Amino acid sequence: MKIAIIGNGISGITAARWIRKLSDHEIIVISGESDYFYSRTALMYIYMGHMGLKETQPYEKGFWKKNRIGLKRAWVKDVDFKNKKLHLIPAAKLTDHDFLPAELPYDKLIIATGSDSNKFGWPGQDLEGVRGLYSLQDLQYMDNYSKDLNRAVIVGGGLIGIEMAEMFHSRNIPVTFLVREKSYWSNVLPDEESAMINRCIKNNHIDLRLGTELKEIVDNGSGKAVAVITNKGEKIDCGFVGLTAGVHPNIGFLKESDLETGRGIKVNEFLETNIPDVYAIGDCAEQQHPKTGRRGVEAIWYTGRMMGETVAYNICGKKVEYNPGIWFNSAKFFDIEYQVYGNVPAKIPEYMTSIYWEHPDGDKSIRINFDNRNNSILGFNLMGIRYRHEVCEKWLKEKTDMETVLKDLGQANFDPEFYDQYEKHLLAAYNKIAGKNIQLKKRRGLSQVIAFLKR
Amino acid sequence: MNLLDSSLSLAYQGNHKMTGLQKISLAIVGLGTLGLLIAWASNGNISPLPTFIFSLAAMTIGSLLYTYSTYSGKIPGIKNNRVFQYGISSRGAAAWILGIVVTGFYVCLYWFPHLLEGLIRLHDPLSHGLRGKAADQWFVYGTFYTVAVLLMGIKFIFKYRHNRYQIIRTISVMFFQLVFAYLIPAFLALLNKPDEYFSYFWPLDSYALRPDWIAGKSSLGTFGYVVIAIGILMPFVVTPILTYFFGKRWYCSWVCGCGGLAETAGDPFRQLSDKSLTAWKIERWMIHSVLVAVVLLTALLWFNHISQNTILGGFTEGFKSAYGFGIAMAFSGVIGVGFYPIMGSRVWCRFGCPMAAILGLQQKYFSRFRITTNGGQCISCGNCSTYCEMGIDVRHYAQRGQDIVRASCVGCGVCSAVCPRGVLRLENGASDIGSRTDALRTIHISEDEVSILS
Ligand SMILES: Cc1cc2nc3c(=O)[nH]c(=O)nc-3n(C[C@H](O)[C@H](O)[C@H](O)COP(=O)(O)OP(=O)(O)OC[C@H]3O[C@@H](n4cnc5c(N)ncnc54)[C@H](O)[C@@H]3O)c2cc1C
Ligand code: SF4
Ligand code: SF4
Repeated sequence: MKIAIIGNGISGITAARWIRKLSDHEIIVISGESDYFYSRTALMYIYMGHMGLKETQPYEKGFWKKNRIGLKRAWVKDVDFKNKKLHLIPAAKLTDHDFLPAELPYDKLIIATGSDSNKFGWPGQDLEGVRGLYSLQDLQYMDNYSKDLNRAVIVGGGLIGIEMAEMFHSRNIPVTFLVREKSYWSNVLPDEESAMINRCIKNNHIDLRLGTELKEIVDNGSGKAVAVITNKGEKIDCGFVGLTAGVHPNIGFLKESDLETGRGIKVNEFLETNIPDVYAIGDCAEQQHPKTGRRGVEAIWYTGRMMGETVAYNICGKKVEYNPGIWFNSAKFFDIEYQVYGNVPAKIPEYMTSIYWEHPDGDKSIRINFDNRNNSILGFNLMGIRYRHEVCEKWLKEKTDMETVLKDLGQANFDPEFYDQYEKHLLAAYNKIAGKNIQLKKRRGLSQVIAFLKR
Repeated sequence: MNLLDSSLSLAYQGNHKMTGLQKISLAIVGLGTLGLLIAWASNGNISPLPTFIFSLAAMTIGSLLYTYSTYSGKIPGIKNNRVFQYGISSRGAAAWILGIVVTGFYVCLYWFPHLLEGLIRLHDPLSHGLRGKAADQWFVYGTFYTVAVLLMGIKFIFKYRHNRYQIIRTISVMFFQLVFAYLIPAFLALLNKPDEYFSYFWPLDSYALRPDWIAGKSSLGTFGYVVIAIGILMPFVVTPILTYFFGKRWYCSWVCGCGGLAETAGDPFRQLSDKSLTAWKIERWMIHSVLVAVVLLTALLWFNHISQNTILGGFTEGFKSAYGFGIAMAFSGVIGVGFYPIMGSRVWCRFGCPMAAILGLQQKYFSRFRITTNGGQCISCGNCSTYCEMGIDVRHYAQRGQDIVRASCVGCGVCSAVCPRGVLRLENGASDIGSRTDALRTIHISEDEVSILS
């Protein structure tokens, strides 16, 4: 059986690896952006010079041959689902011995084409010097514009926006950061954490404009961006405009086909599309029936990895439902690390009580949410402090009593040795609200964690 | 710009310029270096004390000023900006020049010390003050080494000032270098005792435990017996105990002088270590061969000693000098340090050191130490592998949620420090020594349902 995979990102490559582990099927991965799988999450580090492209590639070149995973650098123009054929166009200069067929037949197809940057029809959004950040080509484009750049304006206050701000900042390029919300990422972060990141952005000398939207991008007369105008009527001169107002599934090339799509390619819990033998995974897939606590489209790294593994099982004849488990995620805002486990909404609903402690320095915090109807634990939000995934997850899964969690909270701490431990402060915050006197019983340490996890 | 070509070629354009203070501080370091060069060229015909003070002061002030101007006023955090762009840290011309200069220095040191006469005479006043006798090339070497560890250690501490593990660890290597590898030997020399390095022992110190070593020490009376006792206790009792509890890091990145230099002066080059599977294979062959060689050497010397040189006399002598030349000098010194800017800071520790080999075997099979990974949080970015000076592909383990137990890991903690997602933690735990790497902490599929295997 010949399995074709479109897209060599984390989803497509994980699928290929697991299919190889589970079977002897012929595997071919077609992708347009790069010859080899690299970590998209590390794009910023390439620009900042922490790594080269090679360092971001998780597998050595020999790996593909050894595992008989065929790689083809090409764009898929469209798919002939009826006759099971892909139509290819070259994505790179072809060398003499590099033969690219115009058509590629398959028996089963996995679509893992990822996302594309959002554009909301702003006037001037297609000018030169205006670009999102998603691919290596985008990165190269940013780099080309970085020379003698007087200012970059970044539009959209999400995770990619703040990464872009850090990138330019690392090269001493002045940045203006337009954020539509009243506070950074306030549709996801609770108020205190969001305020912490506002401060952090400003401390890094980024010109942060909250509650500000892009109205238009100004043309210099020859097709190049020279300034932006905000909804407040202000004009900001700049040589580059970064569009980072989110991403959407990259499925444009499939729109005219019989494939059922919504925001993304619609898939059931087995990652099957409406067309037999065609699967979709990763950023480009949309779950028709997401599990509770999860969304239909989740454009993040680990879901791509999990879907890749799940689809491999399904293709290799072992039906498995996709189940990403309890929500978790992480990010880094300049120097502040962020981790979340479970349910931590931006606006705390009635049934939830949120205990929050913040370090006097204003760059570390712990938040724990629980259900005030039955005192069960709901979620953890950490800034500048690391918590152990498995421990938090086990508490969440078992709907552990809040006070039990508090007493044992030390065992969730994952900060390096010698670091201060702040759990007692959170207990104090809880005791104050609840009028109780709960004492911390466990501090950081591996042995008790192992015992707890094996329990 | 070539959108079709995958060979991404970032030109690193930006508004980066050195600040005035950085330039001044480098100029001051340059002046200090010039002082050394003049002293060297003068071959001893220059007043040593003022030149020495001038050079040392200029280097110290310049280096501290550079550290200050680079880090002060900056928000603490991981800032490996432009590491893959600067020639000095990415095998550019500057790196090759530095490599050649340092290599040349080592070659002179071991085999042509008379070429260093000017530098040796420069150190006479300090040597007289500390040890009551004239300097030799080893004193010069020790001084350079210690100054490098101290000054670059201070820089390292500033760079990682947000990370208490790094601060404490660096203070420790600075302390052991200054006190155990420099001041105590000098002090012993002042007391007319042979200079002992209590932080080096067999098998790293291949002279220790030889018959003539034992005989030599025994002739010193009580002091000698203390040295012999330490020389036996350290490798055979203290080391296994400490390694059981903390892994090899207690020595390799907290005490050892080779490690100390690698962690401080070598830090700008740590990303150059080769991460390939081939390198790992070569590493295992080489390091264990050196271990076998030194064990064999010591055993042969004893065998010969007991058999009164009747059987293998000539062979053993040849083997001894081959080890001394090939391993102790050429490998640990010339290649080990001279090649920092090309092959990274731990070439010797990774491919050659027999001490590391023993500690590594124990770390792998009988130690509480491991690096745990944090469930499914790894985003495979590669920072950990890139900045692992031992060339361990940390990401390989982290992305599959497997704890890391590798013989070569020196526990420097830098992988954990540079990880942007809080995935790695150096830990010691007794309850699961035999199964440290069994758990796969990311969510995987077992049988026919998705479940967490842990
Ligand atoms: C700057 C940045 C930072 C990020 N940081 C994080 C983070 O910290 N944590 C996190 O969880 N997530 C992060 N993400 C999101 C994460 O990278 C994505 O969720 C993930 O890469 C998606 O993987 P994928 O395999 O589904 O798709 P992709 O990685 O997008 O791979 C799809 C590939 O398919 C190719 N392709 C598309 N269409 C075609 C076609 N028609 N023919 C041929 N090839 C095609 C594309 O060129 C691409 O190479 C980040 C994303 C960006 C852009
Ligand atoms: S694995 Fe981590 S702690 Fe071990 S040597 Fe490498 S960087 Fe240091
Ligand atoms: S462990 Fe951390 S540094 Fe290493 S690849 Fe994963 S996220 Fe990156």
